[in-house]
Amino acid sequence: MRVFLSITLFIFITFAVHAVGVDEKQLADPASEIRAQEIMKKLRCLVCQNQSIVDSDAPLAKDLREIVRERITAGDTDKEVLFFMTKRYGDWVLLKPPFDRTTIILWLSPVLLLLIGFFVIYRNQSHRKSLAVSPPLNKEEEKRLRVLLDERADD
Amino acid sequence: MKKFVPFAIFCFISLALFTGLSLNPGNIPSELINDPIPEFSLPIVGGESLGFSSTDVKAEEEVIIINFFASWCAPCYVEHPFLMELKNQGYKIYGISYKDKARDTNRFIKEQGNPYYKIAADKDGRVAINFGVYGVPETYVIQDGIIRYKHAGPIHEMDFEDKFLPIIKRMGE
Amino acid sequence: MIVESGHYALILACTLSLVQGIFPLYGALTGRGRLMRLSAPTAYGQFFFVSIAFGALMHAFIVSDFSVVNVAKNSHTLKPMLYKVSATWGNHEGSILLWALILALYGAAVAFFGRKLPKTLYVKVLSIQALIGLGFYLFLLLTSNPFERLYPFPMEGSGLNPLLQDPGLAFHPPLLYLGYVGLSVTFSFAVGALIEGRVDAAWARWVRPWTLLAWCFLTAGITLGSWWAYYELGWGGWWFWDPVENASFMPWLVATALLHSAIVVEKRDTLKAWTILLAIIAFSFSLLGTFIVRSGVLTSVHAFATDPERGVFILAFLFLVIGGSLLLFALRADKLQAGGLFAPISRESMLVINNLLLSVAAMVVMFGTLYPLLRDALTGDKITVGPPFFNLAFGFLMIPLLLVMGLGPSASWKRADLAGIVSRLGFVFATSLVAALAFFYMLGGGEIMAAVWLGLGLWLMAATFYEWADRVKLFKVNAMKRIRRQPRASVGMSFGHLGLAIAVLGMAGSSYWGTEQQKIMAYEDEINIGGYDVNFRDTNGIIGPNYTAVRGAFDIRKNGKIVATLEPEARLFSTPPMPTTEAAIYSTLMGDLFIVIGEANNKTYDQWAVRLYYKPLQTWLWGGVVVMVFGGFISLSDRRFRMGAAKKKIN
Repeated sequence: MRVFLSITLFIFITFAVHAVGVDEKQLADPASEIRAQEIMKKLRCLVCQNQSIVDSDAPLAKDLREIVRERITAGDTDKEVLFFMTKRYGDWVLLKPPFDRTTIILWLSPVLLLLIGFFVIYRNQSHRKSLAVSPPLNKEEEKRLRVLLDERADD
Repeated sequence: MKKFVPFAIFCFISLALFTGLSLNPGNIPSELINDPIPEFSLPIVGGESLGFSSTDVKAEEEVIIINFFASWCAPCYVEHPFLMELKNQGYKIYGISYKDKARDTNRFIKEQGNPYYKIAADKDGRVAINFGVYGVPETYVIQDGIIRYKHAGPIHEMDFEDKFLPIIKRMGE
Repeated sequence: MIVESGHYALILACTLSLVQGIFPLYGALTGRGRLMRLSAPTAYGQFFFVSIAFGALMHAFIVSDFSVVNVAKNSHTLKPMLYKVSATWGNHEGSILLWALILALYGAAVAFFGRKLPKTLYVKVLSIQALIGLGFYLFLLLTSNPFERLYPFPMEGSGLNPLLQDPGLAFHPPLLYLGYVGLSVTFSFAVGALIEGRVDAAWARWVRPWTLLAWCFLTAGITLGSWWAYYELGWGGWWFWDPVENASFMPWLVATALLHSAIVVEKRDTLKAWTILLAIIAFSFSLLGTFIVRSGVLTSVHAFATDPERGVFILAFLFLVIGGSLLLFALRADKLQAGGLFAPISRESMLVINNLLLSVAAMVVMFGTLYPLLRDALTGDKITVGPPFFNLAFGFLMIPLLLVMGLGPSASWKRADLAGIVSRLGFVFATSLVAALAFFYMLGGGEIMAAVWLGLGLWLMAATFYEWADRVKLFKVNAMKRIRRQPRASVGMSFGHLGLAIAVLGMAGSSYWGTEQQKIMAYEDEINIGGYDVNFRDTNGIIGPNYTAVRGAFDIRKNGKIVATLEPEARLFSTPPMPTTEAAIYSTLMGDLFIVIGEANNKTYDQWAVRLYYKPLQTWLWGGVVVMVFGGFISLSDRRFRMGAAKKKIN
């Protein structure tokens, strides 16, 4: 059994270039490690889709995780670590789109669309109300209405 | 008139999607265009002595190329003939072997041919990250120590004649 | 031979859909009864032939006929039979064929169950359905033919992607498509109504069951995909706002709005234009989703091999179908007579708010998904819109939605007594708030949003229960009789809302109070997580059908007693060589314990990298959705939805 196990593992280890990311050294200081993980959650794994480098198994993600830890140990602030990444890979590496002149419409879209929606509904309702309000009855029509109502009551 | 709004919005979206068909979302342009190359110093493949450094690259007067490659990278075999062609046309290609075993890199060079003026080994991939590399192969065109152009992925036949060569030639002038 | 028959059957189905789309419709518009009578037979015929085509393709996969390009690319003799079968739809061509099959299935179903519909509407609906099908048949035959042959053919296939060999993933597409594609029926009904120039309560009664059916399947399909991601991807995530996930979520949001909007049309004969528009938009999102996945405009883990040529075809088709129907809407919506008015506070207005919030949510998700593309096209910048944006935007819209969901069912039609509602439910609201804060502190506090979602989930649960109790007058005499007599649609609603409340609590629990530990463990090491003591006992080497693996054994103890043994695996597949992890999960009502094993830490293979997660209330997420779908099916079984009933009521 042990021989078999060793052979299996040997095959596995040889392919470790595509390592499963369960294995790296975390920072000694737990507070720093938590900070590191928070930053990692913000960075996109460049060769996967919509995954952060924390969640990805890709080798490049692992390298980037190590770099985040190194930068924190070197004394960078959170902003500086993120800048280190965007300097090399652009804003694309951030999972959260930046808040600038062009993305403002994206960030405000829920509020804007809601307001537009409310406005449309309000306009619709008042329009319909004005359609439904009928002019008051004149004397002739009032008499006829009363006659009709009396007839109805007799049924 | 209001009832045409959904139709209008849809037309706009269709236009965007149609344009999107000709774009490539996976191709991230380099952030470092027109920036100086990052400082680095890498050893030769399979040894300790200096392969080459950023100082060497900056000292070059002509346009040169830096190519990140690996023996385990299938597309690298595809672009190899074009690198040989560049060498034949007189361009200096600095090769950086990315996360590769020395023995495998040497085998790759021996079997495929050596297009490189100098080769260095980036075993842990850090220099690559400083260049903004996110996969291999990637090729950079450098002039006076400034990054002028980046090509991510293998250089295909079409790219070579229509894009790559003209760009390099234009820079040389 | 079978493959060629399948190919021929596909061509026949295509021709029939052409006939079905044009002639009966022409007949309905010009009053030619004989042409109109072509509808049903062509619908049945089309379904028959596309079933044969699908069967032929499936047969090719089952016998591993590698002379068919599709089979050679996507299958392998070593694949277990279940996955050979599911490989039929696990590729681009096969999945489009599945689309066409389900489209035809729904068409035939409408042809059968809708026999009591007014004849002209019946014909129009089936014709639209056929024309959509025609688009798909042409797409198949012209750009994505699943029956292409290969010569010389290989002795072995090349399709053995281990990630696709999973039961959850095998059934995810059919379930999803039954939902996605089912929305085509409401679309056809909507366009049919626009051509007729009439939408009334009867129309809404016809449409509701089909929408409900599609909605149930869509909910189940999306959740199955989520659940698969949860146990397969190794760290307990279940939603990433990936473009393809969004592509299935957008139709779901609109379908939910549509479901509620149709109720208003049926009960109060109003909100017609809005409902028609929603029906068109829901299916439009289904088509849009199909485009996004296959054209390469957005990259995604899910994306099939991308091909811009196919992209152009789908886009043209999209433009015709969606653009055409929206144009028709713009031109004909005026014909729909506006119905009754309602007060600013009434059940109608609450449903309008519901509509609005869900529609805005769908639009925001679409905007976020397409924004990178728009930005790239306009400025060339590459930007990522990831979970941080979606969570914030979507969460923002969900807060008022959950609040209104608790109030809506208690509001009366036309004009609701706001003071009455507030006094009755105000007490419920206050209680849920207090309970939420209590639980929040018991669980150790945390982010403020955690308390908010906890509160909203409890509120919805309490308000739903209160409304039901009030309706059946729970504490008065003869309550059981009233409970049994409740119309199924109402029971369905209560279960639906309750299910969502449970799911929200599950999401809050696992997202905000989850814990994680990453350690190098040696044999006999013990870790405490989530109240459990986890002891790492042993590892073993395993040989699977097409992989080798290391299996770890972990004993889970609570209060000293062993409650479970978890055996996570680190697998290595052979063709193509790919390592994967199989997490081991211990699920209880209170939470999930999740273990993933990684690499050995040393050459003697007695120290291993291990990741452990505890996710509180995770089961509530899946359970809640099951309750929602259950509610949907209960509603569906309401006798009032029997097709005949509508006609009787009018007379």
